[in-house]
Amino acid sequence: MSEVPTPPARRNVEVPEGLWIRCVQCGAMIYRRILEEELHVCPECDYHYRINARARIAQLNDPGTFEEFLPDLESSDPLEFKDRISYRERLAQVKAQTGETEAIVVGKGFIKGRPLIMGVMNPEFIMGSMGAVVGEKVAAAAERAINESLPLLMVTCSGGARMMEGMVSLVQMAKTSAAIAKLDESGGLYIVVMTDPTTAGVAASFAFLADVTLAEPGALIGFAGPRVIANTIKATLPEGFQRAEFMLEHGFVDRIVHRRDLRSEIARIIDYCNK
Amino acid sequence: MSNPSSGGNGSAGGMTHVLEFEKSIAKMEQEIRRLEALQAAESGKDYSEVIAGIREQLQKALKDSYANLTAWEKVLVARHPKRPLLRDYIRLIAKDFCELHGDRLYGDDKAIVCGFARLGGHRVMLVGHQKGRDTREKIEANFGCAHPEGYRKALQKMQLAAKFNVPIVCLVDTPGAYPGVEAEERGIARAIAVNLMEMSRLGTPIVAAVIGEGGSGGALGIAVADQVAVMEHAYYSVISPEGCAAILWKSGEYASRAAESLRLTPSHLKKLGLIDEVIPEPLGGAHRDPEGAAHALEAWISKSLRDLRRLKPETLLRRRYERLRQLGAFFTSTAAPGVEPKAPSRSRPRRAKATTPLATE
Repeated sequence: MSEVPTPPARRNVEVPEGLWIRCVQCGAMIYRRILEEELHVCPECDYHYRINARARIAQLNDPGTFEEFLPDLESSDPLEFKDRISYRERLAQVKAQTGETEAIVVGKGFIKGRPLIMGVMNPEFIMGSMGAVVGEKVAAAAERAINESLPLLMVTCSGGARMMEGMVSLVQMAKTSAAIAKLDESGGLYIVVMTDPTTAGVAASFAFLADVTLAEPGALIGFAGPRVIANTIKATLPEGFQRAEFMLEHGFVDRIVHRRDLRSEIARIIDYCNK
Repeated sequence: MSNPSSGGNGSAGGMTHVLEFEKSIAKMEQEIRRLEALQAAESGKDYSEVIAGIREQLQKALKDSYANLTAWEKVLVARHPKRPLLRDYIRLIAKDFCELHGDRLYGDDKAIVCGFARLGGHRVMLVGHQKGRDTREKIEANFGCAHPEGYRKALQKMQLAAKFNVPIVCLVDTPGAYPGVEAEERGIARAIAVNLMEMSRLGTPIVAAVIGEGGSGGALGIAVADQVAVMEHAYYSVISPEGCAAILWKSGEYASRAAESLRLTPSHLKKLGLIDEVIPEPLGGAHRDPEGAAHALEAWISKSLRDLRRLKPETLLRRRYERLRQLGAFFTSTAAPGVEPKAPSRSRPRRAKATTPLATE
């Protein structure tokens, strides 16, 4: 379930180190500052790099408007899980590396003056995987959206359920989906922006339950990881398989939106759905 | 991630279906059969005392080994080629089964079977995974790995049941949803997501039991319920032990270690507050006594539905949401009291530990 998809074409998806960067897709040399100004999208080939939750929040919100809630919920390691290292150790490491406590940041923000509740997942935190804390924050965000009669935006980026929390993480799929059902019943608007990657347990729960589903170009979107599928069917996968464009073609995404247009697209949808 | 070729690991297969830890048990069973045959063939010989002695040893051996199965051994028993499957339970405990096919959108997925039935004194909608017994059946049922149309069929039948206030019984037995190109093209993630959302608000009682393998999202896709049970030698896991080992240990050979770490046995799941009940199996597992297993399952379904049917529809749905909402509340907050923004709805204890039956998934 928590297979971390790394398809051959996009192995080094995080922005490489250095002042000058060679684009992992087109090979063009890009000055780092330019890449940052372009919201971490290659100016030559439009390759959308993965970005962390804080960068995403800064890009999406009107400056200084984002107010985080439940910032310090942390996993209590319900299984006392241990693989080659213990889950506790792994959590401590990733907390130190990222400065984050979990794989999602939720809060209230403003996009072009429109207030909304949002959740932004973080690929740098155990591949954005969903355990008890992510499930709780998603459910809490949905309830906050209901209580404040605000739209809910989820920017998904996740390899799926978090293996190290076992069944505790699997049931978060049911918990988050039930919370989205409540939001739906209350008449609230729910927008999802699927970014690279949105797969497995997150795809098969709150990510695929939106009223309007947007996706960034080239994002990997699907249930099973591509390597798992290739191993199962013993064949090479079709070109562009499980990309945002593939999902659009098969009817599972409303629009593919360039990162620079996300703010205006979200604002526009909020306006259309304003009762 | 799922492992569609369940039971494909050497020790579970083999022509005699003997699991590694059961070898001495199998020997005794064989000896009993041999002596019984001898006795039948040669009149005048009486082996009954010897047979009774071996039987006694056998009971003791079964008791000892089955009371102390490791997590990995449980997985192997759950995948045992002779373990009763959905269709066996239908034959053994469902009366007047009226199968209903098709998802009205694409096709009829044989990996998920649905239909009206009379079960444990209730008329119900039965929904479950079917793995298939012989090769032809297995291929037809895709080894119990459903495609999107399977989940959509299940939902369409469950909505039919809700319309006429017929309670729903879900029997889970799948290695996982099928990881294939067509499944992705037809939106397997969306199909499962929609089931999770809709099952959370279907206005009729739902009970779910894992009868063999509870493989990940493919299992959960028909297992959001008011009462959830796992049979004693079944398992329920976020990922197959092999898949977990391949990712975290970088080798499938660590599957038994992964099974241990994942806490996928029914007793662990009960302790974690993720399920309500462990349904006991006959000594030596359901494959030694399918009828005994079927009756235990029937008793649990019967009792659970009797309790749930007493609830008013509003109460049922409120309760279901609260159970789901509290599910797996294993987190702590480092914030000083009063500093952290308040939780949106009713305030819940921060150092939440799953209390009472939070079950469901």
